[in-house]
Amino acid sequence: MSFSLTLGVLLLLSAAGYWVGRSRAANLVARGSGRLHSLPSYHGFYVALWAGIPAFVLLLAWGVAGDRIVEALVLAGLPDAQTATLTNSERALLLAQIRNEAAGIGFGTPEPFVAAAAERLVELRSFSAWIVSAALIAGALAALAWALRRLAPDLRTRNGVERTLRLAMALCSALAILTTLGIVLSLIFEALRFFARYSPLDFLFGLQWSPQTAIREDQVGSSGAFGALPVVWGTLFISLIAMLVAVPVGLMSAVYLAEYATPRVRSWVKPVLEILAGIPTVVYGFFAILTIAPLVREAGVTLGLSVAANSALAAGLVMGLMLIPFVSSLSDDVINAVPQSLRDGAAGLGATRSETVRQVVLPAALPGIVGAVLLALSRAIGETMIVVMAAGLAANLTVNPFEAVTTVTVQIVSNLTGDTEFDSAKTLSAFALGLLLFCVTLCLNVIALGIVKRYREIYD
Amino acid sequence: MFKEEYALMQTASPAPNTPATATAPMADVKMSARQVRVHYGDNEALHGIDVDIRRNEVLALIGPSGCGKSTFLRCLNRMNDSIEGCRVSGSVTLDGVDVYDPALDVVQIRARVGMVFQKPNPFPKSIYDNVCYGPRIHGLTRNRTELDEVVETSLRRAGLWEEVKDRLAAPGTGLSGGQQQRLCIARAIAVSPEVILMDEPCSALDPIATAHIEELIDELRRNYTIVIVTHNMQQAARVSRRTAFFHLGNLVETGDTETIFTNPGDQRTQDYITGRFG
Ligand SMILES: Nc1ncnc2c1ncn2[C@@H]1O[C@H](COP(=O)(O)OP(=O)(O)OP(=O)(O)O)[C@@H](O)[C@H]1O
Ligand SMILES: [Mg+2]
Repeated sequence: MSFSLTLGVLLLLSAAGYWVGRSRAANLVARGSGRLHSLPSYHGFYVALWAGIPAFVLLLAWGVAGDRIVEALVLAGLPDAQTATLTNSERALLLAQIRNEAAGIGFGTPEPFVAAAAERLVELRSFSAWIVSAALIAGALAALAWALRRLAPDLRTRNGVERTLRLAMALCSALAILTTLGIVLSLIFEALRFFARYSPLDFLFGLQWSPQTAIREDQVGSSGAFGALPVVWGTLFISLIAMLVAVPVGLMSAVYLAEYATPRVRSWVKPVLEILAGIPTVVYGFFAILTIAPLVREAGVTLGLSVAANSALAAGLVMGLMLIPFVSSLSDDVINAVPQSLRDGAAGLGATRSETVRQVVLPAALPGIVGAVLLALSRAIGETMIVVMAAGLAANLTVNPFEAVTTVTVQIVSNLTGDTEFDSAKTLSAFALGLLLFCVTLCLNVIALGIVKRYREIYD
Repeated sequence: MFKEEYALMQTASPAPNTPATATAPMADVKMSARQVRVHYGDNEALHGIDVDIRRNEVLALIGPSGCGKSTFLRCLNRMNDSIEGCRVSGSVTLDGVDVYDPALDVVQIRARVGMVFQKPNPFPKSIYDNVCYGPRIHGLTRNRTELDEVVETSLRRAGLWEEVKDRLAAPGTGLSGGQQQRLCIARAIAVSPEVILMDEPCSALDPIATAHIEELIDELRRNYTIVIVTHNMQQAARVSRRTAFFHLGNLVETGDTETIFTNPGDQRTQDYITGRFG
């Protein structure tokens, strides 16, 4: 019996448990055995949960571990002569061969003992599936019956159901936390492997970034230096240019939307800004390459400057454009949260609209706006696609916006893509960069959220 | 029967204003409203209000909730301008000049007609900056010394100086509710307005803070013309010289406070004052 069929039966059992439990509870009242502690539907849920959840959890466990158990059984059943001398990887190879044979995608004519094992695997699989399904369904039925027997007017089923729901929700949020933890751990693990080869101090403070390592002795320019400073500088430089665009424009448009625009204008502009926020960053990348970069180059040439094809300016400008809706929509929320009474107070004293905005509304909203800007900054630092397309690959420690710089995210992408061995320093350096990036954005987010939270406390 | 009640209302208060003897001469009118109608969208909230506000008197606006007291108050310094869909017709004059004249600057009107709101709304700035906000934007002072002086006199007038003189740099939002409201009054008088509008200034305050503010209003009467909205009959009786009764967007009657409270001319006024509806 297949996994999904068993699952279906369990669901049906559960649903049936709900109806039976509910009507049983309703009968209890009708027979006059006192008031119920909980509503009949809670009794229904109680039975349904007992019938469904334990069996479901066991089914999941079998789904995860079942195949391993069966395969271990098959391997154990092989003649000793075949398995005694095998190393671990040979054993895995053999198992794969048996598996393929069982699935009918074997290669050539198998040795007889492999064919036998494959047959045994197929048999065991279907047999175990039947046994497990039958056992689970029987167990579920038993649990259902047990829960039904327990139903009584004073059974606190509501509390039980509430507890179960709370547990379910806690598990879901635990999943998010565990995922985060897993990501961080895997980053740290790989980064540690990198730091085993390259000193962390040299990584953090080195001025030279050229991740190509020599394959042959006589290659040039293949020192394999991993000083992250130029790369980090590139990220900061492009982010700075982006913020110079996004913060003033985003803030002004937020003020306009919140304080000046009529509802009609607002109902048009706000969705357009949100569309701007929804454009995939790849598309911004195209825009940077096809439109902004040539413009920057022309502007530079008119000024008599030499401009790199992938100038920091072009990438920064486009990233700034991308962040405008982000800044403006967050600031708009913050500005709207400033109580109307403050505006009235200023207006009542004879302040003009712009005086009110500059002297009362913006100062009151400032902490929230700072939070919004920091969040935008952490997005700029982590932004990948635009810089992959529009920024350069060469690590330059420069303050000239017309030169090309590279960023942390670009280096991660370029070091991880293409044909590289997985444990070369070049590949591993991507993880160290990722860890660095993660730490920086994490700090920024924590600071930003802290500021936003403190701001909320003042006005709520 | 109202006589005794009125006397009772007066007990806990500063001395009652002497009732006006005859109709005041025209020169005494500070502001006047003629046929003021206010529409919110299609809904008419005020149906033609005529009232004179005399110089250096306290006029109380009373009436059941939703009858248009706040709406009328906001007409007097054009605070309705910024409300979406609100239209005002008729005329409001200040010293004989039309407040709604398009050639007139609303900033100047509001500098002359100040306002105190129902909920204390100090700016999230220091106490000092709260008070000097008005003088600063209107350029009323020439230097820091003058500004200091204005802040001190305003806070003294509002009866707050003694409590805050040592912490002028502390945020205004950190004061108690009653202190905040007095700070807002200080902020309003720092601009030296001629008229002060107060919309239920005590509704968020406890009886002691309320008594403070009532004393203050009695004090301010000498220098300013005051219009106060209140739901508290005793308060209206204690602080005002004349009272206007609003009902469903109409001004039912205006008269000396004593007359309104002891011998109202309209059945609705009598019902409201005796608490038969409201
Ligand atoms: N901003 C607004 N938009 C639409 N209608 C409004 C607005 N403000 C007030 N109104 C309407 O105008 C009428 C008068 O309201 P107003 O606030 O002046 O009453 P009020 O006498 O001050 O009441 P209260 O004593 O409860 O403060 C009410 O019917 C109200 O619904
Ligand atoms: Mg009101």
